[in-house]
Amino acid sequence: MRILTIVKHVPDSNVPIKVRPDGTGIDTTGLKYVIDPFDEFGVELAVQLREKRGDVSEIIALTQGPEKAAETLRVALAMGADSAIHLSDPIFESFDELFYASVIAEAVTKQSTPFDLVLCGKHNIDLDAGAVGPALAEFLDLAHVGAVTNLEITPDGRRFTARRRIEGAEEVVEGALPALLTIEKGLVEPRYPSLPNLMKAKKKPLTVLTSKELPGSASHKASAQIAYVTPPPPRPECKFIEGEPAQMAHELVRFLRDEAKVL
Amino acid sequence: MNVLVFIEQRDGRIHSASFQLLTLAEQLAGKTGGRVEAVVTGQNLGDLNDAISRGGARKIYVVDDAELAKYRVLPYCTAVCAAIEASKPKVVLFPTTFMGRDLASRVAARTRAALAIDCTEVSLDGDGITVSKPMYAGKFSGKFKLAPDRLQIVTVRTNAYGAAPPRANEGVEVQAVSLPLRDSDKRIAVKEIAATGSGVKDVTEADIVVSGGRALKTAENFKIIYALAEVLDGAVGASRAACDAGYQPHTRQVGLTGKVITPKLYIACGIDGAIQHLAGMRGSKVIVAINTKKDAPIFKVATYGCVCDLFTLVPLLTEELKKMRAH
Ligand SMILES: Cc1cc2nc3c(=O)[nH]c(=O)nc-3n(C[C@H](O)[C@H](O)[C@H](O)COP(=O)(O)OP(=O)(O)OC[C@H]3O[C@@H](n4cnc5c(N)ncnc54)[C@H](O)[C@@H]3O)c2cc1C
Ligand SMILES: Nc1ncnc2c1ncn2[C@@H]1O[C@H](COP(=O)(O)O)[C@@H](O)[C@H]1O
Repeated sequence: MRILTIVKHVPDSNVPIKVRPDGTGIDTTGLKYVIDPFDEFGVELAVQLREKRGDVSEIIALTQGPEKAAETLRVALAMGADSAIHLSDPIFESFDELFYASVIAEAVTKQSTPFDLVLCGKHNIDLDAGAVGPALAEFLDLAHVGAVTNLEITPDGRRFTARRRIEGAEEVVEGALPALLTIEKGLVEPRYPSLPNLMKAKKKPLTVLTSKELPGSASHKASAQIAYVTPPPPRPECKFIEGEPAQMAHELVRFLRDEAKVL
Repeated sequence: MNVLVFIEQRDGRIHSASFQLLTLAEQLAGKTGGRVEAVVTGQNLGDLNDAISRGGARKIYVVDDAELAKYRVLPYCTAVCAAIEASKPKVVLFPTTFMGRDLASRVAARTRAALAIDCTEVSLDGDGITVSKPMYAGKFSGKFKLAPDRLQIVTVRTNAYGAAPPRANEGVEVQAVSLPLRDSDKRIAVKEIAATGSGVKDVTEADIVVSGGRALKTAENFKIIYALAEVLDGAVGASRAACDAGYQPHTRQVGLTGKVITPKLYIACGIDGAIQHLAGMRGSKVIVAINTKKDAPIFKVATYGCVCDLFTLVPLLTEELKKMRAH
């Protein structure tokens, strides 16, 4: 079984982000980046599948992003991926999930052997979209299952049963491999790569592909252009409710009913 | 310029966000003399046309097929693409639900459309659509212009637009569209739909959400959160710290790696307001924070703040609401 795990280099959710003076994006100088937490679940799942089963022959991590995104590939390699592919070219940079998916699809199609399982995060914490996985599946003509919280693959590696999260319920679905899955929190707990594994990761093969190797991607135009980035609309100043607890409860209910009108 | 709205339904129940989309569609289509159309996909859908029409659709494309009895992305994608083929809209709107995100992304890839997910504002700007949507875990809002040379597909955040009150059914045009199913559309089968949380509403479905954090200390203590949610007919949410500690299942987690919700009222009890928690709830209309620490970051986004012990205040609040309901 060959597994492809798609990972993205995203700003650390813990650090504050500043907008560039011209407003057309964020100021990335000195910004701390990490592997997207959902993609980390995907890598962990791939590694656990190899640990549990005898038939996982290869795990490849793939990212698309600037030079520094190679750091995220090194994390995936340290967690247990065998090799990595880095799609890196200024013309690949966009805010458009469909464009990302079409570039990744071209790179995947160029691989000599097809994958049995393609893993993506449920969504990324930068564009907050969750569109790349389904779109990539469409471009690769794979079936996909989104927001997977549980996965079982038959011993022969041909079929799977997955649970996926929906509003207020979980669906249990069944299908054949190859397929693309997007991973939800709760399926696996990602490991911290150990220091020796981080060292070993530096020696694992990492291939860089540019628009020279992926000429098709250059012909697609991004479908969404960013105009500007602003802080979210300000929220009104907090109204603190004073008094003894009983009085506070009484006042709060009054405000919610008469002022906010939400009761 | 015609706008096509995807009407999300499960088991014959229309998701309320669909009606909000019809209102938005009318704003967009109205400016150009276009028409609001709807597509509904599933099985045994006959009864829904009246409600869809009263929500504002002038024409409904119905794809009714046994293969669509339960949501599966591939048959649904083929069904929606067939309706797009028939309607030839300029814009297609989906709700930002699990179904909407999943389906819109695949439909957009198949139709080579321009796509924007989870938009809070959608407007017509010359020949194309301009949207605002949250980015970087809700820390920012990005304004995007979609390439006008192709179909525009947008998913819209729940409660970003209000639904208009139902109007009189003025006689809607209904067109049945047959499902050009391909064998490859049957690659995934739904075995079972298992309800989670024993009948308690999910945070993504409720207008009011009461959430508890690490301060609750035990799973048992969450019963005061449940009691408050019950009088409000709301859902129970939790911070990641509360879920990781096992006080609540992960399905209730609100935030960056939990669910992103925009209810009318969000009550945060003993939640500090870490940036990752705010990512999941800062779009709520009204936010109440109950916390003993006056400088807790949750108060920065709160509409009303109570600096108080939650174990004292939450039961009092439940009593107060019961009194109000009794009147
Ligand atoms: C990649 C990543 C993703 C994350 N995703 C999420 C996510 O999706 N959702 C999420 O919530 N977090 C998420 N987190 C974790 C987040 O950073 C915080 O650790 C978490 O939200 C803290 O939960 P808390 O507010 O319940 O706990 P604490 O930070 O411990 O806060 C408890 C609060 O309760 C107050 N308190 C204590 N006792 C009482 C009392 N008796 N009455 C009233 N108030 C009291 C305290 O003053 C404090 O403000 C994520 C973190 C990372 C790094
Ligand atoms: N530039 C990228 N490089 C690699 N993977 C990506 C990239 N963008 C998105 N993905 C993958 O697609 C998933 C969903 O991303 P998104 O649609 O941007 O929320 C992510 O969790 C990743 O697995």
